[in-house]
Amino acid sequence: MKKEDVPQDLSSLGKITTEICYATDEAGKYTTQPSRGWDVKIGALDVTWENVEKRVKEAQERMAKGEVSPLLYLMEKNVMDIAILADYTGFWKWRVRGHLKPGVFSRLSDKVLQKYAEVFNSTVEELKSMNVHA
Amino acid sequence: MYMHSPFKHIQAAHCESGVTNSLLRNAGIDKMTEPLAFGIGAGLFFVYVPFLKINGGPAIAFRSFPGIIFKQTCQSLGIPVTRKKFSSKEAARLFLDQCLSEDLAVGCQVGVYYLPYFPREYRFHFNAHNLIVYKKEKDHYLVSDPIMETVASLSEYELERVRFAKGALAPRGQLYYPSLQGQTIDDEKIKQAIRSGIRKNVFNMLHIPGPIAGVKGIAFTGRKIKKWRDRLGLTKAGLYLAQLVRMQEEIGTGGGGFRYIYAAFLQEAYDFHRIEELLAISGQFTRAGDCWRDAAIQAAGIYKGRLGSQHDFDAMGDYLLEISEMEKKAFTALSKIKWH
Repeated sequence: MKKEDVPQDLSSLGKITTEICYATDEAGKYTTQPSRGWDVKIGALDVTWENVEKRVKEAQERMAKGEVSPLLYLMEKNVMDIAILADYTGFWKWRVRGHLKPGVFSRLSDKVLQKYAEVFNSTVEELKSMNVHA
Repeated sequence: MYMHSPFKHIQAAHCESGVTNSLLRNAGIDKMTEPLAFGIGAGLFFVYVPFLKINGGPAIAFRSFPGIIFKQTCQSLGIPVTRKKFSSKEAARLFLDQCLSEDLAVGCQVGVYYLPYFPREYRFHFNAHNLIVYKKEKDHYLVSDPIMETVASLSEYELERVRFAKGALAPRGQLYYPSLQGQTIDDEKIKQAIRSGIRKNVFNMLHIPGPIAGVKGIAFTGRKIKKWRDRLGLTKAGLYLAQLVRMQEEIGTGGGGFRYIYAAFLQEAYDFHRIEELLAISGQFTRAGDCWRDAAIQAAGIYKGRLGSQHDFDAMGDYLLEISEMEKKAFTALSKIKWH
């Protein structure tokens, strides 16, 4: 890629910092050229986040219907999956999977809930109040 | 490695080659550049692990395994390396503070999800980011992140949180630094290191057994992509392609899935070795990089909804098949170079 062809489409990162791209000068010699972003990349990030938001919304709706526990919603909201959430809490993956069910969730001890509250920057009371399953 | 007084921030394209370059330059190795660190560290790679998922998408990498660049660059130059992991956050902090009190700048592996100076859009649970901590002022750390234009400041808590991020490739407080004890790195040493880096990279791209790594991996991915539309549906296939493009072009690649930075490395290799083929092969990597970018534009057509027929997916897959051939030729040519 030639220096003058390095795209300069302002991205959210571009507002904070330029990125270094390697490109060739008039003599064909490599040099660095700062870039503010590229439409193609902005689009890739956009669809990725649209998908995250869609998952959060679905989790929220299922939580409201009492189909899943608040943990699924918070997990999606924090762009986590079960493996990452298990690693942050220190619980086994199969246990985390169980905690995503509202029935199991409502019987969890405060000690277990405290772990989740720490990861999600929340409180035990807040987590309990989010669970609609009686 | 003890700094020749004030630490100098150097912006780079890729975090690990940037950290490697910056630590070595600040230690007084003036001839070091980011492309040299990338090439000597055998940073160029391709792998697609089909049974593994990252953020619900395909696990694709355009660069070698995290940590390899720093390790191989230092090893090839004959510089001893110190690398430590910690099980205790307290021990990790104390060790870092001890280094900083001795004016020692250290590289740290961190997760980006909680990295405060990153824009929100770039924060995923990605744990193989690298930065340099070079100073502590009261309870704040001064951080030189090579992909940023300027240095940043993190509180003790903020730094601890990113050093102990969880999930795949969890850094576990990992830090590393070159232990340069007065030895000088002359041109002869760099020349040898360049040869060794190229030899390793040729092996990684041409000779790793199995279909998923190196130039075979690129062709394998191309053939898979042609099936994504039917197997995954248009929306999910679009998300998969977006992930491919992010791995290829996102912050830290220097563009074209690291192919341009490798082309730059080969030009610099020529400055040391004066072998004409290096320049011609550099041109081949430039064209491979251009082709990766054309493929990204095709992919964007699909995930932005402008394209979507099977024909469009076939064209996308064909780009990768073509690139696989180009890079196979380029690396084969590299393997046949007659070194003086």
